[in-house]
Amino acid sequence: MRLKTFRGGAHVPHFKELTATKPIRDARLPAKVVVALHQHTGAPCEALVKVGDHVKVGQKIGDSKAALTAPVHAPVSGKVVDIAPYPQSGGREVVSIVIESDGLQEVADTVRPKGELDGLSQGDLREIIREAGIVGLGGAAFPTYFKLTPPPGKSFDTLIINGSECEPYLTADQRLMMERPEDAIFGTRVLMKAAGVSRAFIGIEENKPEAIEAMQKAAERHSGIEIVPLAAKYPQGAEKQLIKAIVNREVPCGGLPVDVGVIVNNVGTAVAVGEAISTGMPLVERVVTVTGSPVKEPSNLKVKIGTLVSDLVEECEGFASEPAKVIIGGPMMGVAQFTMDIPVTKGTSGVLFLTIDEVSLEEPLPCVRCGKCVENCPMHLLPLFISQYADAGRFDEAAEYGAMDCIECGSCSFICPSRRHLVQSIRLAKAEIAARRRKK
Amino acid sequence: MAENQFIVSSSPHLRSEVSTPVIMRDVIIALLPPSFAGIYLFGFRALAVMIVGTLAAVITEAVIERATHRPVTIGDYSAAVAGLLLALVLPPDIPLWIVAVGSIVAIGVGKQVFGGLGHNPFNPALIGRAVLLASWPVAMTTWRWPVASAPWMGKGFDILTSATPLAALKLSGIKTPYGPLFWGTVAGSIGETSAIAVLIGAAYLLIRGHITWRIPGYYILTVAVLSLLFGQDPVFHVLAGGLLFGAFFMATDYVSTPVTPKGQAIFGIGCGVLTVLIRLYGGYPEGVCYSILIMDATTALLDRFTRPRKLGEVRRSA
Ligand code: SF4
Ligand code: SF4
Repeated sequence: MRLKTFRGGAHVPHFKELTATKPIRDARLPAKVVVALHQHTGAPCEALVKVGDHVKVGQKIGDSKAALTAPVHAPVSGKVVDIAPYPQSGGREVVSIVIESDGLQEVADTVRPKGELDGLSQGDLREIIREAGIVGLGGAAFPTYFKLTPPPGKSFDTLIINGSECEPYLTADQRLMMERPEDAIFGTRVLMKAAGVSRAFIGIEENKPEAIEAMQKAAERHSGIEIVPLAAKYPQGAEKQLIKAIVNREVPCGGLPVDVGVIVNNVGTAVAVGEAISTGMPLVERVVTVTGSPVKEPSNLKVKIGTLVSDLVEECEGFASEPAKVIIGGPMMGVAQFTMDIPVTKGTSGVLFLTIDEVSLEEPLPCVRCGKCVENCPMHLLPLFISQYADAGRFDEAAEYGAMDCIECGSCSFICPSRRHLVQSIRLAKAEIAARRRKK
Repeated sequence: MAENQFIVSSSPHLRSEVSTPVIMRDVIIALLPPSFAGIYLFGFRALAVMIVGTLAAVITEAVIERATHRPVTIGDYSAAVAGLLLALVLPPDIPLWIVAVGSIVAIGVGKQVFGGLGHNPFNPALIGRAVLLASWPVAMTTWRWPVASAPWMGKGFDILTSATPLAALKLSGIKTPYGPLFWGTVAGSIGETSAIAVLIGAAYLLIRGHITWRIPGYYILTVAVLSLLFGQDPVFHVLAGGLLFGAFFMATDYVSTPVTPKGQAIFGIGCGVLTVLIRLYGGYPEGVCYSILIMDATTALLDRFTRPRKLGEVRRSA
């Protein structure tokens, strides 16, 4: 069978063997959690509790009146000890609610099963999903209910569930599909109804045969859901590439998937959505792959949102060798961190540690025009020229060459034999171009 | 553990193992089959040409960079590649001092005046060869019959004496059979005569993913189709002269050729058209070197006007 895929992209090493066979296990209850009030795309939340308050698991502790936002909930029961700015991924400080766990995990009485799927309307579902604080768990953390509501005049005809997990090292989604395929399918059905579509495709890279098999079995009894094995190529899980591969539609430049009638959700998101209906538990925990060669016992952990990265390291029995780099997310698009004293957020799919030998410190050479970045760009851009213009401060030309269409996947920098910092300079160009457009 | 000592840099945090020096080293490896074929066919004189060509190129690069107070970059192997490429497209008996001049010109004029690695608009080795051909036309066209010959070359071949197959065809209408062209037992440049050796080297570069089939494919196909249209034997024109070597090792030079897929196709076709025209109607029996140099001049334009369609881009129809 010819596997579905897109043109371009890079064959990156997978490094998944560190955790691919490790079942998801519950991390120990942390002594305290730091729940950021802004861990999603959109407006930050306001705290709904005060220092000294007692909170229960699943209790809403932050929300906002803005249209685009996502409420946050208490992942543990215990006492609110601080509400103040705390460092987050990337060094940003965000107002956060610190809860000291009382170890009892008393559940809030707002957490109740929402009833049969058949009895819930599209509007009910969107509301439940919003109230559960669900955002895209693949890393982007875009509020799911907002995505589910198409702008006026547009509608969906297809739901795509992203189970490709194309980032090297990460295995959280793979394990979810292997261990909880029924829950993933239930979540898919919820999302289908909430989006108003009758067909769904679940794309999974072919290098995860157990996940494909488990999901196929679970999907059998449900019409309209099809499992699509995809070529294992980076960035297969990027929205536009996934849509191109599965339904052969191209999201117009500057547009959104809804422009071609498609909504894409991560498989982890689907599981969280299912849970919000079946148990009523909002998004207070997620699966995180903690991995990398310095980690003694790399693991797939089910973690309370707000758990500190340093706690996760302890959970994995510490380090076997000195880590030189800490990355939130995967190695291709993840963000390097200054410290391990940052909390897991809704968008944290993995924590990766690298040793000094694994960190590329090579100095860039001049571009030799090998064309490899061109062959590999999944958006069919000319990364070498965009970055040249960006470096020269010629942002109009960078824009003309499609800087704004760059999805920052990093394939070009990965492949460049001259080790040029292509994405880095394209990213700068994008920021500059966006700033100039705002001014106009 | 000192937490403030984590390295913080921009994504991606993973890099491919293939670096520019690795690619250059692989090009040298790919040039080994034609090099050994050259030594086998033309003896140790050929080896001397290769050594002088390579060394002169490396020394020139180091001296110029030293003199202009820039970092010496001979460690990226690109100068060695240019020198060896030049040597392989020279006649085996060419005086060694001319070889050295060729390498000095290739690196000095072909590469360093433009700013070194990545900046040369023309293929440095071909610049070297073109200058030598213009300056010492006799030495550059004095050919020799290979010292090694193959058993299938029976009677009737002595008349070929020391003309290259293309010259023999152009001047005397004699067509060399495929066998000698394939194995390389004909007069010609050191690395160019043996088609099989060139193809082995090319296969290595293709398998390693350092070159794509696009430029050489379109180039060779165009030569075959056009020579057929002109009533010539396409197989002969593909195997004879420097076409295969030029298509796989010269027209695939990264720096001086287009990076866009369409640009590469046009580049290859252009090279093919020019090569056939020069071979059939030009003043020289062979046209590979000049064809590629001429097309090199179009590279910037080709890149500019053959931008690929972006994913999701809707082109206004003209
Ligand atoms: S991959 Fe690097 S060296 Fe090659 S063309 Fe792109 S920027 Fe230049
Ligand atoms: S230019 Fe952007 S989209 Fe293209 S490979 Fe580089 S990072 Fe990915």
